[in-house]
Amino acid sequence: MSQASGPRPIRMWREHPVWNWLGLFPFFIFIVFFLVLPSLRLFTGAFTDTEGGFTLENVRVFQNPNVLKAYQMSLQVSAITAIVGGLFGFFVAYSITQGSAPRWMRNVISTFSGLAANFGGVPLAFSFIATIGQTGLITALLKNTCFNLENYVALADFLVSIGVKAPDITKVCPFNPYSYGFSLYSLAGLVLAYTYFQFPLMILTITPALEGLKKEWYEASTNLGATPLRYWWDVALPVLMPSILGASLLLFGNAFGAYATARALTGGSIPLVSIYIGQQIRGDVLGNPNEGYALAFGMVMIMTLTIIAYSLLQRRATRWMKS
Amino acid sequence: MSRKQTSLFAIFWGVLALLYFFLPIYGTLDFSLRMERGTIGLKAYNIIFSDPRFWEGFRYSITMAIITIAVSATIFVPTIYWMYLKVPQARPIMEIITILPFVIPGIVLVFGLIRTFSRPPLQLTTSTFKTDILMIAGYVIISMPYMFRAVDVGMRSIDVRTLTEAAQSLGSNWFHVLIDVIIPNLRLAILGGSLICFATVMGELILADFLVRPALGPYMVRLGLTKAYEPAALAIISYSLTWFSLGLLQFFSSRSERQKKQVINE
Repeated sequence: MSQASGPRPIRMWREHPVWNWLGLFPFFIFIVFFLVLPSLRLFTGAFTDTEGGFTLENVRVFQNPNVLKAYQMSLQVSAITAIVGGLFGFFVAYSITQGSAPRWMRNVISTFSGLAANFGGVPLAFSFIATIGQTGLITALLKNTCFNLENYVALADFLVSIGVKAPDITKVCPFNPYSYGFSLYSLAGLVLAYTYFQFPLMILTITPALEGLKKEWYEASTNLGATPLRYWWDVALPVLMPSILGASLLLFGNAFGAYATARALTGGSIPLVSIYIGQQIRGDVLGNPNEGYALAFGMVMIMTLTIIAYSLLQRRATRWMKS
Repeated sequence: MSRKQTSLFAIFWGVLALLYFFLPIYGTLDFSLRMERGTIGLKAYNIIFSDPRFWEGFRYSITMAIITIAVSATIFVPTIYWMYLKVPQARPIMEIITILPFVIPGIVLVFGLIRTFSRPPLQLTTSTFKTDILMIAGYVIISMPYMFRAVDVGMRSIDVRTLTEAAQSLGSNWFHVLIDVIIPNLRLAILGGSLICFATVMGELILADFLVRPALGPYMVRLGLTKAYEPAALAIISYSLTWFSLGLLQFFSSRSERQKKQVINE
């Protein structure tokens, strides 16, 4: 519109704000080619048939029992590691911000959290194999350990109730976890390995919120006669809740998208959605290639919902941090 | 009374966290040194270092990492500079775009990339050179959240507008403002983004695996399928690489902090 208005001086159209956006053009070109187009390909692929016509047939992939099982497994692993890693991370973060953990411990944990949250991938799987695999360090230690539970019947009953298999649970000697139903190459192993990068991520995300808890609030509530428990229940937890939920969602998404650790640890024997998509890329394991797009699209949907909920909660959480 | 309880509680969780952090690493180190029965030795490391496929993967991944860093910095530094200077209203959309690689799981992104670029009209898988272009593009996308954030934080800490106007009033053009004024001020931020980029590319599995390129990640997985001690040694090598690059970053940033303090004190 500016070019057409002939008699105006040249400077005018060059100063039109639209031209400023042109400076971002190379970036947007790159993004369109390598991020937008691939995403669109998934989206259109999910809703077209092999001839290219529009269809909703591909959604049928979610009736495939294998696919359902993969989704169920992925959701389960993500939820368990989000809860386990979230609780563990929360207690550690509390200990290093509010509690009186020694200074060196605080420094080591907060520095290492930044590192460990980005760990993962193949080396992490190797580390866990070397540590609690069949011949790992801790497994070898446990093989030389005896537990005598004769005087702790309640504990023994509890262990049986969570699925520990043993001929005589009261006398565990030697304690080789692999003869009691544990395996690193199973759901339990996956949870153990994922926790390695999940709880540091919790520490990183929840620490700012914990630092926002003011000493005055604790003093004020104790002055009013509240016990520490009451303070937690009525003051601290309500303030922290959006942050805790938000961080847990972040952990959930983090585990949901993970691929390399599971691949290297279980070699694909645990059916996760990410592993299933990998198999689909290699050679179409689903009869109809377009069902693969629907599968991947479902994953993006779950991630999108998770991240949107996370950012909404985060917005609520920062309310207490600003002042 | 209550203080003492807190302290025990804190130490319990602190110790547990430290154990969780370091036991697997110690276990890996211990395991990697025990290839020969009854003795501690470097045999597993020797085997890896004399394996030509390891060096091939290492060379390939390092080359890819360096090109990725170059491409990523060339795209992001001018773009973010321009955004600060001319179109601050573009920030929300830039933030959403650069967070997308977190929302789209790696495996899904690679799925989309492969299906888009493995057939005409945009075929990029016909030669190894073109496939490498696709690899680098994928790496730039995967490491984009880190690079963007690093440069963004760096840019925020300097006064872009004043620096630019000062340089321009001395007769400098856009290109020279960027090269001679902005980039020297952003050295640390760019270095930070680059080192995270480096660590990401060196450990990346999915892209290289599915595009069948000889990177370090697929080599590791293949080794893990057939060997016992060598993977542990490889994990230690990989950790050392990551820590080396992040330690370097720590070193440079603490040094520049000290320099800043000195300047203020003087």
